[in-house]
Amino acid sequence: MKCDLIFAGVGGQGVLSVSAAIGTGALNEGLHLKQSEVHGMSQRGGAVTASLRISDSVIHSPLISNGSAELLLSMEPLEALRYLPSLSKNAVVISAMNPVRNIANYPDLEEIYQQIRALPKAVLMDTEQLAREAGSLRCSNIVLVGAASSFLPIKTQSLENAIRELFLRKGDKIVEMNLKAFQLGRTAAKL
Amino acid sequence: MGSTEQKRQMLLGDEAIALGAVHSGANAAYGYPGTPSTEILETCLGYAKVFPKFRATWCANEKTAYEQALGASLAGHRVLVTMKHVGLNVAADPFMSSALVSINGGFVLVVADDPGMHSSQNEQDSRYFADFARIICLEPSDHQQAYDMTREAFELSEKHKMPVLLRIVTRLAHSRGVVLPRSAHPVNPMSKARNSQSWILLPSNARRQWHERLCSEAKLKAEFENSSFNSLKLNDRDLGVITTGTAKNYYLEVEGALKTKPSHLHIGAYPFPALQIRQLAEHVNKLLILEEGYPYLERLVRGVGPSSHISGRMSGEVPVDGELNADLVRTALGIPIKTGLTASEFKVPGRPPQLCPGCPHIDSYAAMKEALSSFGESIVTADIGCYTLGAMPEYNAIESCVCMGASIGMAKGASESGLRPAIAVIGDSTFFHSGMTALVDAISVNSNMTVVILDNETTGMTGGQSTILPPNRIKNVVLGLGVNPEHVHVLQTHRTKLHENAAVIKREIDYPGLSVIIAVRECIETAKRKKATS
Repeated sequence: MKCDLIFAGVGGQGVLSVSAAIGTGALNEGLHLKQSEVHGMSQRGGAVTASLRISDSVIHSPLISNGSAELLLSMEPLEALRYLPSLSKNAVVISAMNPVRNIANYPDLEEIYQQIRALPKAVLMDTEQLAREAGSLRCSNIVLVGAASSFLPIKTQSLENAIRELFLRKGDKIVEMNLKAFQLGRTAAKL
Repeated sequence: MGSTEQKRQMLLGDEAIALGAVHSGANAAYGYPGTPSTEILETCLGYAKVFPKFRATWCANEKTAYEQALGASLAGHRVLVTMKHVGLNVAADPFMSSALVSINGGFVLVVADDPGMHSSQNEQDSRYFADFARIICLEPSDHQQAYDMTREAFELSEKHKMPVLLRIVTRLAHSRGVVLPRSAHPVNPMSKARNSQSWILLPSNARRQWHERLCSEAKLKAEFENSSFNSLKLNDRDLGVITTGTAKNYYLEVEGALKTKPSHLHIGAYPFPALQIRQLAEHVNKLLILEEGYPYLERLVRGVGPSSHISGRMSGEVPVDGELNADLVRTALGIPIKTGLTASEFKVPGRPPQLCPGCPHIDSYAAMKEALSSFGESIVTADIGCYTLGAMPEYNAIESCVCMGASIGMAKGASESGLRPAIAVIGDSTFFHSGMTALVDAISVNSNMTVVILDNETTGMTGGQSTILPPNRIKNVVLGLGVNPEHVHVLQTHRTKLHENAAVIKREIDYPGLSVIIAVRECIETAKRKKATS
């Protein structure tokens, strides 16, 4: 078993937390994993990407090769289209519908949606609304983790435990809110 | 050391090194923030709160960090010093000469290189520095090895009485992998170096120390032939692959796609195993050399002899610059690359990094631009930090960025060449790092220039570390160095004060001598974080 995942978004959206939650879930199941992140200059409002490779055998490269990723999770619709060459022909793309328009030449949103819907397996979801429903805009990234859960080689329970672990220090209320966000994302992501 | 031991952990390469240092019994860690090395000392700072015998300290710059680490080693303590690759240029003076002293407490220098320049102004390869100083260099290929090599580096440093350079790259520093730690080494007691002559590099001592260093090199090379971090597997007689450091990962990723398994030499410890390289070269018809960074080894292996059987970065099979990946290795080995999905006809516009909404630098640049608008040609030299993003088209506010502290000296030089108004833009942390000495030069001749210190009260680009001194002391530092108080102004930078701030800057540009403007407002990110934790 091997599963390569790409996470995309804009600096400040919490892309690394999405990767951390899924990575922790995989670690809890004793799987091999390598995760690559971007820190530093790119985090300042620019395109941010992280990748996670999960396998039941040894993984060498932390980077994902062209045409190999099975799943792309994007916190932002335009960013979902940036990493297509890394995706396999059957890849599942799950993207937030909510744009971050911090560049002058941001394309027409409907056209972006069309491009995403035209992909072989794509889910577009209003992560912000679901996050608000869970209790705070801040858990948009965990909505996305929930949405991904049906497509991951990791048990739902392991992912929920990972969320508990990650938010433990912030108190029960925050943990519950994020678990709710996870469930809402999971239910909403239907192909 | 309690809970940090013997549990499988998912760590950044940077975190694995910090844990390795603590488990090596290090007493201290020093450094200056710089991507991708920052998280090493950040992690050490966390450990320092838990382990009372361990201290971690940010320093004014890499040179002062290196010197403090030398002092700790002189006192017999094991010590880690961290920096990014260009930081070693700043610390090159103590670094080069520290190779001549007889290291007492284990001294490990971690340098994080940034091939591909994700967040740097160049992609220099620190293995050359280790070679230049004739010291040991270890280059981990994965997270476990980042931990293991840190521990081994302390042992080697004490055994050979020299600093050991641990060279990592961005993809190791900023990727996470599993690390299984081992039980911790006890902390060294304080024990002053007994032979002080070996630390006083007067020419007579330095000549002896250098001579001894060079004479023991043959022994060191022989020992490193058998280093467990280097490994030779003789298989196929046609192709031999040499990998160094993290290049091994990309090679192993694709090796399975080859019909016959090439012979493979991996090198993780330098001085490099020359005999093993020769053994491999004699076993095969051709060699492919894969290195993350410069073709350091490739150049040595090619020498001046015929080398048409050697391929690598120098012959173009591997790109001459930039970061490696598995697809580049596939291409070098003639393995096809998969094609992925594409969005037909749709062009995804770039999204470069930019100043955060609400960033004080935006207001400072607006005031500067307004002040400069009534002048003809001018020059704005800048420095290293978030404010370098003032180069983006929406601001077009700066015209140079070379190295830490360069803004002030370059503005002085340009002004003296007649290019005026000359304005130097520098951040608070960069000013303390390398700006003060250049300001002294400008003060000495009352240069006709204006220095704008953008004081956002933090080291922003690397994640908001505290500035080495409370930034409100900058004014007193500037006055203390001798800038005329009439031409030193502290401005609250804000869009509501645009015109009045611009007027002050304009007045100081008009003044035909040295002036310093300190534009103050806290970084929006740091302010947010403080609010969230309060």
